[in-house]
Parts: sequence; C-alpha cells; structure tokens
Amino acid sequence: MIKAHNLSKRFGDFLAVDQANFEVRAGEVMVLLGPNGAGKTTTVRMLTSIIKPSAGNATIAGFSIIDQPAEVRSRVGVLTEHHGLYKRMNAEEYLDFFGQLYRIPSTIISKRRDELLHQFGLYDVKRKRLGEYSKGMRQKLALSRALIHEPPVLLLDEPTSAMDPTSARMVRDAILQLRSRDRAIILCTHNLAEAEELADKIAIIRLGKILFFDELSTLKEKLIGPAEYLVKLSEAAPDWTYQNTNNSIQLESSTLYELKFSVPHSETDAPILLKSLINDGLQVKEFSQIQRSLEQAYLEVVRDGFTTDTE
Amino acid sequence: MNTLKSMVTTLKHELQPALLITKREVRDQFRDWRVIFPIVGLTAFSPFLMNLTVQQIINFVQKYGATLVADRMVPFLLMIVGFFPISVSLVISLDTFVGEKERGSIEPLLDSPLKDWQLYLGKLLASTIPPVVGSYLGMIVYIVGLLFRDINMPDMWVIIIIFVLTTIQGLMMVSGAVVVSSQATSVRAANLLASFIIIPSALLMQIESLVMFWGSSINILWWFILGLLILSFLLIRIGLSHFKREELLGREIDVLNIKWILQSFWQSFTGKAKSFWKWYQIEIISTIKQMKISIPITMFLILTGFTIGWFLLNQFPIPINMPTIDEFNKNIEFLINTDFLSGGFTLKVLFQNLRVVAMIGLLGFLTFGIAGTFPLLFTTAVIGYLFNLLTVNGLPAAYLCALLLPHGIFEIPAIFLSTAAILHASAYIVAPVENKTVGEVWIEAVAFWLKITLGISFPLLFLASIVEIFITPKIVLFFF
Repeated sequence: MIKAHNLSKRFGDFLAVDQANFEVRAGEVMVLLGPNGAGKTTTVRMLTSIIKPSAGNATIAGFSIIDQPAEVRSRVGVLTEHHGLYKRMNAEEYLDFFGQLYRIPSTIISKRRDELLHQFGLYDVKRKRLGEYSKGMRQKLALSRALIHEPPVLLLDEPTSAMDPTSARMVRDAILQLRSRDRAIILCTHNLAEAEELADKIAIIRLGKILFFDELSTLKEKLIGPAEYLVKLSEAAPDWTYQNTNNSIQLESSTLYELKFSVPHSETDAPILLKSLINDGLQVKEFSQIQRSLEQAYLEVVRDGFTTDTE
Repeated sequence: MNTLKSMVTTLKHELQPALLITKREVRDQFRDWRVIFPIVGLTAFSPFLMNLTVQQIINFVQKYGATLVADRMVPFLLMIVGFFPISVSLVISLDTFVGEKERGSIEPLLDSPLKDWQLYLGKLLASTIPPVVGSYLGMIVYIVGLLFRDINMPDMWVIIIIFVLTTIQGLMMVSGAVVVSSQATSVRAANLLASFIIIPSALLMQIESLVMFWGSSINILWWFILGLLILSFLLIRIGLSHFKREELLGREIDVLNIKWILQSFWQSFTGKAKSFWKWYQIEIISTIKQMKISIPITMFLILTGFTIGWFLLNQFPIPINMPTIDEFNKNIEFLINTDFLSGGFTLKVLFQNLRVVAMIGLLGFLTFGIAGTFPLLFTTAVIGYLFNLLTVNGLPAAYLCALLLPHGIFEIPAIFLSTAAILHASAYIVAPVENKTVGEVWIEAVAFWLKITLGISFPLLFLASIVEIFITPKIVLFFF
C-alpha cells in the first residue's frame, strides 16, 4: 500500500530525509519514531505529494507521489501536526466542507460525518463553534476530517498529543479498528507506549536517515536481546536441574520459587519450554514473558546511531 | 452542441472545488466582525461624508460660477467612495495564504486533491468579493444620497465607467495582494509589502482624477481600465505560475539575504564568462538569441507607434510657419559657431537618453512590461507625427533623414533592444519556472535586462550622443 524507495529530500545544503526505504501493507501500522527535527514531518509531506522528493520515489496505493499527486492525495487521510481548524465554523460545516472537497456525494457525507462525530464523542457539540473546542476535541475533529473520505492510507502526525487519557484511548482504539479494516497507517509519535501498543513495524529515524526498520519484536530482540520468560512455582523444587535439550533456551537465573529463561524464538520455543517444565514435575503457577520497554530500545538506537539493513 | 455541453459540464466540475473554497472563505469573513465592521462602517459613513463634501463644494464653487469643477467633483468623489472599501479590505487578501499558514489551517487544504489553480482561484475570488461588494454598496449609497440632496447626477455612462474602473482596480489590487500573500513568510511581512500595492494604486487614482478633471473626455478612462485589466491578468498569471505548495509550507523566516541576492545576481549577470570579452562573446550573444519573440514584438511596436503618430496629424494638425532648408542650416551653423554643441551638451544628451532607458526598466518591471514599452511607443509616435508634419509642410524626407539617422542608427537600436529585453524579462517573471522561487526569477530577470542595457544600449547611446552633437550637424550641412 505504501512503498518508499530511496526517498530523499534536500533543502539547500540540509539533507532532511536521506534515502528512506520502507513498505507498509494494508492492515499494518508503521510507527515512525525519531527525535524532533529527525525528518518525520518531511517524510509525511513527501508521501502526501506536498513536497517533491529530491531523489527516490514512493507509491501510495500504486500511485506515484511524483507523477500522480492528485490521485495520491485523494487516497490519503492526513492528520497534520497542527490541527488547523477554522474556528468560526462548526464541526458539521467543517466536515461537510472537506467531504465536498473530496467530491463525496452529500448524502454519504452526512452519514459518514455523523458516524465519525458519534465515534469520537463530538456529536453533541457538532453545532458549537470550533474556536470553543478544547485541544483534545479539536484533535479528534481533525482526525475525523482525515477519515471523512475513508482513505485506504492514513498518515497521522502525533494523533494523541494534547489529549486527556480517555480521549487518547478513544483515538488509539479507532486506529486499531482502522487497521483491522485493511488500511495502511503511518503514525508519527513520541509516545513510546503508544507506539508499542499500535505498531506492527517500527522505523526509527534520526537526522533524516532511517536507522532501523523492522517489526517491533525484531527491534527488541536485536537491541535488548532475546525474549525472557519468568516461571513462578507454587512449590519449591530444590533438586530440579535444567536439562538443556534445546540449545537456544537458556536458564538465566533461578531461586526456589522463580526461574528465568532466555527464549530467542519465543513463538515456537516458549510452548516447548512450558511443556518440558511440566513434564519435569514442576508446579508451574505462572509462566509469563518479561516486558521489555520500547523506550530502552529506542534510546539505544537514537543514542548509538544503530544501523541495519532497512531494505 | 454536445461538445459545448460537455465543455460546460467539465468546466463546472473543475470550478466546483474553487467555488467551495470561495464560499467557505466569504462566509467566514462575514462572520468576522473585524471584516464586517470596516466594510459596513465605510459603506455607511464615507458616502454620507462625500455627499456632504460635494454639497459644500458645489455651494462654494457656484458662488464663483465654476460649475464645471462641481460637475466633475461628483463623479470624482464617487470613485473615492469606491476606493475606500477596497483599500481597507486588502487586509483580507493579504491574509489569504500566509494567514492560513500561520494558523496552521493551510496544510489540510494542501493535502486535499485540490489542484493549485483551484485553490488559488478560490482564494482570489474570496478576496475579491467582499471589497468589491463593499465598494458597490458605498457607491450606491452615495448615488442615493445625491438624489436626496438634489445634486445633479453624473451621466449614466460616467457612472458605468466608474463602476467598471473600481471593479478592475479592485481586482488588480486584490490580485497583487494575493501574490504577496502566497509568497510572504508572515502576515506581518505581507502587510508591510502591501504598501507596494496601495501607494502605486493611490498614485494611479491621482492620474485618473487628473483625467476626470482636466481630460477632454472621460472615455480616456477606458484605456486605464484596459491597462489595469491586463495588469490584473498578469498578476494572476504570476501568482499561479509561482504558487508552490512546498514553498508555501517551507518558508519560515523573514531574512533579507543580501549576500545571496548579490551572488545570485552576479551569477546570472556574468553567466559562464570568465573575462569581459568572453562576457560579450558568450553571454550577450546568447541573451540576444533568447529574445527571438520579444524582438519581432518590439518591431511591431515601432511600426505601430510610427503609424499612430503619422495619422495623429490628421486629428491634431499644428499650423506652422515652415522654415526653409537654408533657415534650418543657418540655425545649425549658429549652434556650431557658438560652441553650443560641445562636450558638456553631449553629456546632457547622453543623460537624457539614459533617463529614457532607466524609465523603460523601471516602468517595465513595475507593470510587467506593459508601461516599459511606452517610451519607445511615444518616441516613435512623435517621430511619425513630426515626419508627417514636416514633409506635409514641404521639408524633404531626405533632409529629415539626415537630421535623424546618423545618430539614430545607434540610438534607435539601443532603445529598441532595451525595450525588447524588458518584454522578455517580464515574460520570464510571469511564466512558470520549475524549481525556482519568485525571488530567484526576479533576480534573473533584472540581470537579463541589465545585460542588454549595460552591455549594448549604454555603449550605443554613448556613441549616439557624440554623433548627434559632433557629426549629425556636419552631415546635414555637407549634403544640404
């Protein structure tokens, strides 16, 4: 759905984006992480054909951002960094206006508009001037604007910034729902917990260069080692010793009631490990993966300029 | 019929998004008291003030029998009433792009499938409608006020001319302001740049009022309307040509980078040349080659000017007591013997010619070439008129040629090339240029004109002034 190939942008002597390569398929969320000024907004603007790349190209739903800008724009929903609402309009007028710009028939606009206003809890204030909206309400309306034409591709720049926790939850749920409707989504955020919750893929960008692009689990594995599992026992097993039948699984530490394993291929090996522990007669009370934070991995990439093959 | 129908459908389909923008913005403006208040205030207040003023003036001048002044004051003040709302509402046009950029609301529009021209046209219309409506309302109130005060109404024809003139002047000012707004980095910068629109417009109004008070016919104002219409068209063309989504979002800082301006100018002016002679060989030759369209146009202008001048004699004949060739020659001999034709006078002639070239550049760049052709047109019209006048009165054409051509063969090409260069440079400013900002295009256009003017016109004019003072008189005396 979104394919970028060596996408670059230079402003004079400043290289804002340097040969970005990534692909986001339908039903996937790619989170673009990076410090301020890393090139996230420039990348999004190139993908919406507002800014012409200096080199490389990208396609959105099969249309080139360089040669078919109008087709690209009609298939992309964008939530910009600044919500950019017209303060003297109300929500109904605002969504109608953008719906008409996207040439949606008026009957469909009103249906879609009311659905979105309901979904984001704005229906009851739909006639209120937008100047009177709170920051969170404005952000939700801006997101509704991005969705009014039901685009197959969504580019969301900081969608939950300035929102209270309830509203932010509402927006995240909406994003998850949109993903399940086969949309390709690129999400720029500084909120690592949000990224961790929503991302299928992560691209970490620094000084215009994509330092890492892969699935979230791969990022963690590469940067902070293999997955770790904690086993809690209801009865102590002082005489038990781990028979290492699978070379990749390692016992990291053990106490009377707790065992910690390193499991590189967790999807396949975790069930095997659990089975072997039960077969050994251990009274397993709890078997869980130890959560490692994305923040740790992100900081490591950004700090050290970690590079990997992003192709 | 079907083709026409499908063309209309396509046009409507293409215009629809632009009109959507217009509708939204006009509605938004009329919800803003900061826009409504001045328009309503000026519509309500200024016409009454002007009614009162005109009444007082009429009462005053009638005491002295100067009814003509009173008659002409009525339409003049009608024009002033129309001008006020336009100049005040210019703030709307100046805000149209850069204001939205500052408020962050432009990006969702740029992200939409709107084409550049649709966005531009929509905003242009939205900026034009409120001021023009304000003007019309003001002028209508003024006219109604005249009826109530029993003041003689101007002819319907005069009223029509003033309404059309106000509309076109409004369009021209708004077009200029929208160009400024689409290129400025901040609303503050746009407001400061607005003086480049308001001051020339106010000066233009002074000229228009001169025509209204002292002109032989108010119909001359149609020429102003035509000129303003062309200027508006060119401004819209410039705005569209240089409207770039990327530039609109990209420019952030108001910095006058003089070093960059000078470097860019020097690069355009010198081109690939490494020495003065190479500059002539490479740059000047290639610059002349680029003028393959503007040179024939300028030739046409010369012929047009000469022909108009020639035929103007029929309309404005001057009865003259024609001197003989001997009398002419005596005058020339007298000038030579009294050392009047000296080096100092050569400099005066040169200075006069240089002033004409400077006027070509100044007027040309201010009006995108239109007024830049006037010096050439007027000069050739005067030559055409004089040629006809003198030959009709018995002076041989050969004598006239001897008086003009020796220095004319330098002078005419100098003015000709400078005019052709201003036309080319103006066309370059108006035309879309890929990957270049308005600033870069202007610098290159000025460099282009100066290459021709400094490289060719100035040396030719220098030669012409020497020939005119020291050689032409001798040639005339030698042959006649």
